[in-house]
Amino acid sequence: MRNCLIIASKEFRSYFRTPIAFVFLSVFLLVMGWMFFWVGNPPFFKRGIVEMRSFFGSLPFVFLFFIPAISMRMWSEEKKLGTLETLLTMPIREGEVVVGKFLAGFGLLVVSFVLTLPIPIMLSMIGDPDFGPIWGGYIGSIFLGAAYLAIGLFASGLTENQIVAFILGWAVSLLLFLIGYLQLQGLLPASLEEIAHHLSLYTHFQSIQRGVLDSRDVVYYLSVIVFFLFLNARTVKHRR
Amino acid sequence: MIEVENLRKSFGLNRAVDGVSFKISAGEVVGFLGPNGAGKTTTMRMITTYLVPDGGRISIAGVDAERDPHGVRQNIGYLPESAPLYLDMGVLEYLRFVAAIRKIPRGIRIERLKKLVKACGLEGMLDRKVGYLSKGYRQRVGLAQSMIHDPKILVLDEPTSGLDPNQIIEIRDLIKNIGEKKTVILSTHILPEVQTTCNRVLIIDHGKIVGDGDPEKLAASMQGGKTSFNVAIKGERKKVESALEAAPFLTSFSRHDVKNGESLYTLNSSETEGVGEKIFRLAVDNDFVLTELRREVASLEKVFASLTLGEGEA
Repeated sequence: MRNCLIIASKEFRSYFRTPIAFVFLSVFLLVMGWMFFWVGNPPFFKRGIVEMRSFFGSLPFVFLFFIPAISMRMWSEEKKLGTLETLLTMPIREGEVVVGKFLAGFGLLVVSFVLTLPIPIMLSMIGDPDFGPIWGGYIGSIFLGAAYLAIGLFASGLTENQIVAFILGWAVSLLLFLIGYLQLQGLLPASLEEIAHHLSLYTHFQSIQRGVLDSRDVVYYLSVIVFFLFLNARTVKHRR
Repeated sequence: MIEVENLRKSFGLNRAVDGVSFKISAGEVVGFLGPNGAGKTTTMRMITTYLVPDGGRISIAGVDAERDPHGVRQNIGYLPESAPLYLDMGVLEYLRFVAAIRKIPRGIRIERLKKLVKACGLEGMLDRKVGYLSKGYRQRVGLAQSMIHDPKILVLDEPTSGLDPNQIIEIRDLIKNIGEKKTVILSTHILPEVQTTCNRVLIIDHGKIVGDGDPEKLAASMQGGKTSFNVAIKGERKKVESALEAAPFLTSFSRHDVKNGESLYTLNSSETEGVGEKIFRLAVDNDFVLTELRREVASLEKVFASLTLGEGEA
């Protein structure tokens, strides 16, 4: 655990040593602000209701591009620079490094959410919002983001090329996301509906976002995260 | 200190390391010498537990690498080829990170870091970003990193490659100092490096050990009881050559150059002792002026070429 935190703190700081954190946070806030104020019919200023539906409705799509971008370098850069060799010949387990890196990405995710909190605060000042769906939206987004992150980290561990890591992370996340989206739209054949509903990142996100925290959804996200982190540790361990 | 038995590792069809065995005792500075792709790096990666061997046994300071890789890692400091470092970190920040993972107790951490910084000549560089350092300084940071836990054994993969001549000398001196207290394995394909820094050399080719021993003795054994001298003689050429012809202790000679009235010769003898003195006497007796007399030492280059290219006589 101590080792996890050492790695997490090093990786988290490295987001801020490089322009990654600043670019990620500013573009993310810009995009989400735009989603909140201008997307939806009618847009926020003409709507007359204080709610964040357009914000949480678009978040899964925005994350699809943003999360692989913060995870793509985590392993591939170590492989490319050769620092993996120094790191893994120190007395530290692959699993500890995996968890540490995951925690660092998760930390950045939490920071990005904290920076969007002015939106609900503003809503509570100008009206009387229903906080159920808003907290539900935040909790669902955190779980969804963490799952994307675990997938992106796994993808990064497969290659020393950051672009490949990004596209791979994006593709796997998109697949797990899309099957649920298509199912909710009724676009999947009946035989696949059941599986898609259970497996998709999207259906569970929708369920939490309604404001009801069901243990099945939580267990689902935790298993996806643990599954991909476990695969990540395996692939890093079986280098060559 | 280090025992390696019948070590094997293949990548696909390529047998990178093919039955390597050796023992290294405490305090030795051993050079792995071999052409590129001979299996030096792969062997080092297995010793440092980065790669798991396909077969064979590695024991480091009595600890079996397969059974207790973390125990082995405690005893080894490793500097991989071209000193990989996190380019976005500061020098001190990086060393602190390594110290934390290496579990150096907080109480002695500062003291340890101070010593290392001094030993590796990193004073004044502590706040620099690693990415902005020259190759020589990166190598020093890499060395400092490898010694942070005061390991018994240091494994250095091509520690001087890519450095300029001044940096090479600095890093070699550093390694020499370290070698007085620790067991060191270093790999290189630069031959003079082995002669200046190591007291033993292992020549590796195609994944096998083809030569093992003291660098000087290995070179001498290649000459097989013969000596040769390079001489420059001032005198009438015909007279000189007929005198050399008549000398009983010389088996053959060859002239390669004539300049300013001096002739340069290589003289070969089947005797090993006192040949230099005899050449001097020969010159004095015939009233020649000897301006140069130098015994030719078989260089490691020749040993290396004959062992790795299969050439007979060097």
